[in-house]
Amino acid sequence: MKTDFFAKKRRQSLLILFVLVLVCYGSIILTDYDVAKGFTSFPMAIDWGLSNFYPTEASLAKLPEILAELLQTVLVSIAAATVAAVCAMLFAIFGSSITKVNNFMSTISRGIATLFRNIDVAAWAMILLFSFGQSALTGYFALFFVSFGFLTRAFIETIDEVGSGSVEALTATGASYFTVVFQSVIPSSLPQMISWVLFMVETNIRSATLVGILTGTGIGFLFDLYYKSLNYNVASLIVITIVGAILLIEYISNYVRRVIL
Amino acid sequence: MKTLLEVKNVSKQYGTDTVALSDVNFSVKEGEFVSVIGPSGAGKSTLLRCINRMIEASNGEIIFDNVNVQGLRKKELRRLRTKIGMIFQHYNLVMRMSVIENVLHGLLGYKSTFSGVLGLYSEEEKKKALQVLTILGLQEQVYKRCDQLSGGQKQRVGIARALIQNPKMLLCDEPIASLDPNASKIIMDYLKKISSSMGITVLVNLHQVDVALKYSDRIIGVSKGKIVYDGSPKKISEEEINTIYGSEAGELMIEVGGK
Repeated sequence: MKTDFFAKKRRQSLLILFVLVLVCYGSIILTDYDVAKGFTSFPMAIDWGLSNFYPTEASLAKLPEILAELLQTVLVSIAAATVAAVCAMLFAIFGSSITKVNNFMSTISRGIATLFRNIDVAAWAMILLFSFGQSALTGYFALFFVSFGFLTRAFIETIDEVGSGSVEALTATGASYFTVVFQSVIPSSLPQMISWVLFMVETNIRSATLVGILTGTGIGFLFDLYYKSLNYNVASLIVITIVGAILLIEYISNYVRRVIL
Repeated sequence: MKTLLEVKNVSKQYGTDTVALSDVNFSVKEGEFVSVIGPSGAGKSTLLRCINRMIEASNGEIIFDNVNVQGLRKKELRRLRTKIGMIFQHYNLVMRMSVIENVLHGLLGYKSTFSGVLGLYSEEEKKKALQVLTILGLQEQVYKRCDQLSGGQKQRVGIARALIQNPKMLLCDEPIASLDPNASKIIMDYLKKISSSMGITVLVNLHQVDVALKYSDRIIGVSKGKIVYDGSPKKISEEEINTIYGSEAGELMIEVGGK
């Protein structure tokens, strides 16, 4: 009986492994992927990168222009994340099972959040491109919608996790709905919510580059411009500044997190 | 003495076939210390929460302080809840806030939504909170954050929050189930003191039969949503305790009659 139990588990694991290998092999055949060539092209790519993709003295002259665009991109990312956080807070309070007013509102809130979250930021950028054209506003709204969807979801989970005990206690003292929300739910979940907003700012800066390429604004557009005009030296300088900005933001947000938690 | 609480024919059903309470009847006099004992899932917590309508009873009538609880509208229900303090197994404090802020939360039922949301308390109310904390021996902990306290201290903050409400009755849901024996004794002693010196009625759910027998004026035994014993702790027999817990003679670690 017992030996059979373990044998069965092992058979299951083997079966899952077999299916995974099969899927992998199938995809290789379908896409005509040459495994050996895939690996051998790595050194060649690195070789090309080293001989072309580096900033020169001439490209450094473009640095002020790059930094100005980078600053705009960072600010748009932060604005999108913070404004989205305010809206998400409201929807999360209505959506969470602990603080919901009624089931109808809760389902609506969760539904809207799911819709906004599951449409990718690139898809939003292209949809909004029709309405707002090539402007920073398009990028801003694309980032805002995705941040809003994601943060609502994260906030709902935060409230569900920390809330129920003290909500019950304050309701039992006779406190009104808004009093309970402001005296119990928000104080207990705020640090974790701030942490999520910081995470969203980081994510937005990363996606802002891609959104910029699509909408023709910010640092993404600048990269696209120089890359396509074969000016690899300036393009590489842009990549380095983006990486630097992301590392800096990550360092700052980690510091803030340590202080508030 | 005057009757404070009357529970008549109260039933509670979850869904179509889960019965938590069926036809429960009892009354509690002013200043009485009553323990509700029974196995897990017997409906003790549901019974307690039906009294201040944290859970809505399906049927029956609950009269508290000459008011029919079942018929109250939203505002009146809030006023009723200010007269009933509640204490929980897991303390249910806002752990990131200070001790005194948590105690002041007990006054939120008396406040308008505006001053409740902003947490505006008068000097007098703050002094009252300090006074209550001193009664419970927490004067050293006033400005500490609640997550820095021990379990016993957290529960005392919970009691302080209930006491500042100036309640007529305390509902205690397993107040010592997460505490060590030492802290349990301190908490039970405080509850007994509150009942005898302030004249506040205490209704407490307990898992520990020996504690219930030692502290209570009266025992209510609940089994499968029904009251199977209601009487003095001195008269209860081992057989009756076994009926409550559905156990055979000699299976439980309890000594009846004396301490």
